[in-house]
Amino acid sequence: MRTSAHKERTALRSDSNARLPSTAYLTAATSSFTEFLQATAPELLPGSGDLIVPAGFASELPHGTTIVAAAFSGGVVMAGDRRATSGNMISQRDFNKVFRSDEFSCVGISGVAGLGVELARLFQLELEHYEKLEGRALSLEGKANRLAGIVRANLGGAMQGLVVVPIFAGYDSDEGTGKIFSYDVAGGRYEEQRFHSIGSGSVFARGSLKKLYADDMDATDAVLACMQALYDAADDDSATGGLDMTRRIYPVVVTVTEDGYRRLTEEETGTYAQSVLTERMHDPDGPPSALRGAPRAIE
Amino acid sequence: MPFYVSPEQAMKDKADYARKGIARGRSGVVIQYDAGILFVAPNPSRALHKISEIYDRIAFAAVGRYNEYEILRKAGVRYADLTGYQYDRQDVTARGLANWYAQTLGTIFTDSPKPFEVELVVAEVAEAPADDQIYRITFDGSVNDEHGFVAMGGQAETITTMLRERYREHSTLPAALATAIAGLAAQGNGDRVEINAGQLEVAVLDRAREHRTFRRITGARLESLLAEAAPTAKPDAAATESAQDGGSPAGDDAEPAAGERAENGAPGEQRGPDGSTPPDEGGSGAAANGDTPGG
Repeated sequence: MRTSAHKERTALRSDSNARLPSTAYLTAATSSFTEFLQATAPELLPGSGDLIVPAGFASELPHGTTIVAAAFSGGVVMAGDRRATSGNMISQRDFNKVFRSDEFSCVGISGVAGLGVELARLFQLELEHYEKLEGRALSLEGKANRLAGIVRANLGGAMQGLVVVPIFAGYDSDEGTGKIFSYDVAGGRYEEQRFHSIGSGSVFARGSLKKLYADDMDATDAVLACMQALYDAADDDSATGGLDMTRRIYPVVVTVTEDGYRRLTEEETGTYAQSVLTERMHDPDGPPSALRGAPRAIE
Repeated sequence: MPFYVSPEQAMKDKADYARKGIARGRSGVVIQYDAGILFVAPNPSRALHKISEIYDRIAFAAVGRYNEYEILRKAGVRYADLTGYQYDRQDVTARGLANWYAQTLGTIFTDSPKPFEVELVVAEVAEAPADDQIYRITFDGSVNDEHGFVAMGGQAETITTMLRERYREHSTLPAALATAIAGLAAQGNGDRVEINAGQLEVAVLDRAREHRTFRRITGARLESLLAEAAPTAKPDAAATESAQDGGSPAGDDAEPAAGERAENGAPGEQRGPDGSTPPDEGGSGAAANGDTPGG
């Protein structure tokens, strides 16, 4: 049907009618769900497989976004806007781009929206699958690596314009801190310090966080800083959605601490949104930061 | 070596072989309670599990050869995760999984020279107890739809008799655990099998939990649960012996649902993890364990 690699895989199938023979489940030697899919049912993996996507096609698909992540003392917060755009049209107002990947981590996706959601779903399953088979959860580094593998597997699609770039954050129970990881389309993985942002509005969000972020913030301040950063991103990037107070559609905000993953309720994000908006009514560019740092004693 | 063996003989030999293998190992019990389904198996190992999670609302328990049921467990997880991924999480059912296990075990029984010496239980917890499902799959691929409780393994009949007497619908977790332990104790042919936290593997499918309902009960939590369950877990023969103990301990709530609270002291301490508990081999423990009155 497709390539010689596929014909090789056909040999594993004892009966052409049995798509997924029992033997594949019994003899698979891997604890990775993605590898298992690759071997037994590659057509189920996200992405276009062997299809060649015509040029310009990708831009017709919905894209997002801006996602910010910031570490605070005891964990990490991730926040994403709600807009998905196809070209100049807003294709969705309440699109969620931040997902729980497991109890102690979360992932946000930018790029092609539908493909990103599939990747996030596959990643969730990858982590859960490993945990069930092995009887223990992966380390945070291990999880970050698995996500890099999934991104790398999408490189073919990315080169045709079906780009998905995630941002990953979690709580490292060994070190007691939150950690943030960013990725490039080739599956490169980079640990970020303090804060990071991805998506079309990320340059604006990052500039904003640069001025607002402080080390050892508590969770409340970190969430507020992220809300401000998203507001600034929406202010300057048309593909990033701002606060929709009329429909009560606010950024999705999640925190991951030693108590695990928690998504803030609509009420909570609404409160933050309202306070940001109230301040912006008289300071439209946001809270000004001091031009000169506080005088420091010479040590 | 005979050149020809009649198919009946070959199948009978395989079946006998498998049954013998399974009977050699210890049994396990799966039992419904008000808030879910409880799994109990004697297992001194902390690393090698007989009871495992398959999916959100589905768990797996097995007796027999460890390496063989491990293969089946992993295959079950793969099957469940793949089905949930292809369709939706709600579309993964114990029924589908049990059917798949039946197919697989049946094929292995007929095709391979040596059958798998395993007996499996696949259970699913639903929103309401009436919709819970428990399936028992035997080494040759037969599936049995069970209700309320099931015993697996070589001593299953003896245990089932005991369970049938003691089982009550909608009992609390401590009461269900007490019933399960009483059942397991019966497999020692009347001798008391020592039951303490270190020798038991206990897990539940808790219908109230979000998303993944499977939970192991270990360590301090298991010990306190055993202590709660203990007064009703003592077999009736021992109950008369300890009748002269004081009234039941205050605050004991392993109670009315089981309907058979023996009037004895706090045997939890007797049977708990104190140094004098004999090994869980059955038989030898009968005299030496903590049946002495007075606590």
